Amino acid sequence: MTSSEQGTRAEKTEKTGKKSGKRRLIGGPGMLLVWLYGVMVVGAVSRSAVQISTEFDKAPLAYSLSAVAGVVYGFITYSLVRGGDTARRAAFVCCALELAGVLVVGTWTLADPSAFPDATVWSDYGMGYIFIPVLLPVTAMYWLRKGVLRQQLPETSA
Amino acid sequence: MLDALTLATGVAALALAAWCGFAAYRDQPTKDWHFIGMAVVALLALVQLVVGIVQLARGEKPDQGTTIFVAYLIGSVACIPAVALMSLTERTRWGSVTAAAGGVVLAVLEVRLFDIWGG
Repeated sequence: MTSSEQGTRAEKTEKTGKKSGKRRLIGGPGMLLVWLYGVMVVGAVSRSAVQISTEFDKAPLAYSLSAVAGVVYGFITYSLVRGGDTARRAAFVCCALELAGVLVVGTWTLADPSAFPDATVWSDYGMGYIFIPVLLPVTAMYWLRKGVLRQQLPETSA
Repeated sequence: MLDALTLATGVAALALAAWCGFAAYRDQPTKDWHFIGMAVVALLALVQLVVGIVQLARGEKPDQGTTIFVAYLIGSVACIPAVALMSLTERTRWGSVTAAAGGVVLAVLEVRLFDIWGG
C-alpha cells in the first residue's frame, strides 16, 4: 500500500517536475543552466536555419555543424526540464558529446580555417559566444554529477 | 531613434543584470521591485520592436538583412519575460542569478542589433 502510494507520488513528481528535489534537475543552479542552454538552442537553431536556407553553398560544413549543435543543445535542454534519472544520464552523455564537439571543431577551425569560410557556433572554441559553448558542458556535467550525490542524500528542506 | 533605443535598452539591461546580481550576492530571490525593473526593460524592448517594424515599413533596410533583424528584435522582447518566469519558479538566489544572466544576454543582443542595423 505504502509502496504503491510512493510510486504514484514519484510518478506525479516526474510528470509535474515540481516539489521534492529528488528527480528535479532544474532546481537551483540547474535553472541557470536551462536558461543558458535555452539561449544556445535559439541561437544555434535560428542561426543555422537562416544560413542553411539562404546561403548554404557558401559554407555547408560550418552551417551543418551549427545545426547539429542546435539539436544537441535542444536535447540537453529538454532532458534538464524533463528531469528523472534517465534524462539526467542522457543529458550527461550529450554534454560529454558537446564538449568533445566544441574541442574538435574548435581545434579544426584553428588548424584548417579554409574548411570554414564562415563561422559555426563552435568556431574557435565558441569565442563568438563568449566561450559559453565550452564552459557550459563542463558546468552542466558537474551539476548532473552532483545530482547523483544529492539523490543518495536524504531530502533537504529546500 | 532606433540607435538611441538600442543604447537605452542595452544600458537598462546591464543595470538590471547588476541589480539582480547584487540580490544573488546577498543570497536573496528576486522581489517585486526586481520584477517591476524587468517589466520596464521588457517594455523598452517592446517599444524597440515596434519602432524597428515601423522603420522597416518606411522602407529602411538593415545592413545585415531584414530576417536577422526581425529575429533579433523578437528575441530581445522574449528574453526578459522568459527569465522573469524562471526566477518566479526558482525562489532562491539562483533565480536572481538567472535573471542577471538574462540581462547580460539582452545586452549582447542589443550590441548585435546595433551592428545588424548598421548604426
